[in-house]
Amino acid sequence: MADAERTPGFDTLAIHAGAKPDPTTGARATPIYQTASYVFDDVDHAASLFGLQAFGNIYTRIGNPTCAVLEERVAALEGGTAALAVASGHAAQVIVMQTLLMPGDEFIASKKLYGGSINQFNHAFKSFGWNVVWADPDDISAFERAITPKTKAIFVESIANPGGTVTDLEPIGAIARKAGIPFIVDNTLASPYLCKPIDFGADIVVHSLTKFLGGHGNSIGGIIVDAGTFNWSRDKKYPMLCEPRPEYAGIVLHETFGNFAFAIACRVLGLRDLGPALSPFNAFLISTGIETLPLRMQRHCDNALAVAEFLSKHPSVAWVSYGSLPGDKYNALAKKYVPKGCGAVMTIGLKGGYEAGVKLVSNVKLFSHLANIGDTKSLIIHPASTTHRQLSDQQKTAAGAGPDVVRLSIGIEDVADIIADLDQGLK
Amino acid sequence: MNHDSYPDSYIRGILNTVKTVAMVGFSPNTARPSYFVFKYLNERGFKVIPINPGHAGKEFLGQTCYASLSEVPEPIDMVDIFRAPQFVVPVVEEALKLTPKPRVIWMQLTIRNDEAAAMAEAEGLKVVMNRCPKIEYGRLSSEISWMGINSRTLSNRRAQNLGGGFQRMGLGDGRKPGE
Repeated sequence: MADAERTPGFDTLAIHAGAKPDPTTGARATPIYQTASYVFDDVDHAASLFGLQAFGNIYTRIGNPTCAVLEERVAALEGGTAALAVASGHAAQVIVMQTLLMPGDEFIASKKLYGGSINQFNHAFKSFGWNVVWADPDDISAFERAITPKTKAIFVESIANPGGTVTDLEPIGAIARKAGIPFIVDNTLASPYLCKPIDFGADIVVHSLTKFLGGHGNSIGGIIVDAGTFNWSRDKKYPMLCEPRPEYAGIVLHETFGNFAFAIACRVLGLRDLGPALSPFNAFLISTGIETLPLRMQRHCDNALAVAEFLSKHPSVAWVSYGSLPGDKYNALAKKYVPKGCGAVMTIGLKGGYEAGVKLVSNVKLFSHLANIGDTKSLIIHPASTTHRQLSDQQKTAAGAGPDVVRLSIGIEDVADIIADLDQGLK
Repeated sequence: MNHDSYPDSYIRGILNTVKTVAMVGFSPNTARPSYFVFKYLNERGFKVIPINPGHAGKEFLGQTCYASLSEVPEPIDMVDIFRAPQFVVPVVEEALKLTPKPRVIWMQLTIRNDEAAAMAEAEGLKVVMNRCPKIEYGRLSSEISWMGINSRTLSNRRAQNLGGGFQRMGLGDGRKPGE
């Protein structure tokens, strides 16, 4: 397969992409290059590396061979041209926006997002002068109406956390394309096994690697995938990419690096200067996790659908929000964007309200009460009292995290044990 | 030849066999893409001859610059074109008058001219369009993977060190001839 004349399938890429045998030792597993720096071959080589004229390693804040395996693997799985792994999903969002926005610029974001992203956009980003404008993903025209001459990007989640809701990517991508701005999709909850946003118009894909890609709840990480689809030079709106960079003796990154210029810009400007590098050890754990992504993700989906069906008939449960459930508001979108299943995460509404939510998280014996999703273990949280606590009641409800809401991340244990635990917890 | 996509074996075959490359549209400005490619390919063992009438007679990285292809005093294996598509036909016409003829016409990323390609192919030359030899070399040698770029290659063999340092890789695919 050295010549790639045959296009490898997804499951093959999950195992092999980025991970040829180690060039130095022949080690077949990806070595953990736990080093801060790399010796230069000679003075000219050092100059070429610092000038971006050669591909290679300088310093682990900018690049590391173990992290590079992870980057190439995720780029291949998403169908992108390149990727950049960073210290967390939040760090990925900071670097993407810092590469796209100048102080005073705006970006449009879906109202249905992970609570941590809502906080990041509303507070930290505003302190940098990057102004978020919120739009309701259930009303696509809201995105079009929100566009101004200052708008530099649109940001959505493919499957929105926590609701188990599915975003209609294609028409929002078309609005971004018409406006000449990149469409950014956070694909954390779906993973590329369930949905490849680039196929639906995404120009940039971001992930929290901590969730399904790593898969085992053991490492924090984030990644930025460059789809290679956006023309950064057309409207001259993105100076990091289309203007000579004083940091690199006047190089124009888009002209020099073509369809992977955005990933390079995020690395040699964003990551280099802001600094949230991923640890090589975390990269090793996450890329090992990805090898079983297709197996785990299907099991997550199969278990989650069974749990959703059980809960939808349970007398203590008012409603279940899970896109793959027949009759769900998002079922048609789920069939289009995530036909293999709507992932592991769902929200349920309890008839007993806030008190019932607190009681359920206290009663469960198999589910772990914690603020994470996408572990092999089943997880539970009551967002109103935890992740979404800082939001106003109105924001909580808008984000799908009202007082009666409990979020579940269904693990890959025996589904009968998962259902039995919820059943006893709801009694 | 289908010029929308090239098999890796086609590109690898070209980069593994050409030695002398004439670069039309070379810029001595070290921030320009043509200079990047010039320097990189020189460091990977190619002899890259710069062509630019404004800088004829000057030396860059030890290579003499010439005003045109016809002034180069040695056989050229490949012509690498850094000119906009509308200027490509005359360059190919000039290349086809050389003795011996070059074996490959390569047009850089974003540059495609099907008329020029057909002229070269009719004379038995191989043609690559809208690709960068630096990127293709980096991709097929696995060097580009260090930058998190999707090389679109899988292999059960390790990448081959070119020697002279740790971070210069060659284009061998880790297999013995005929393997």
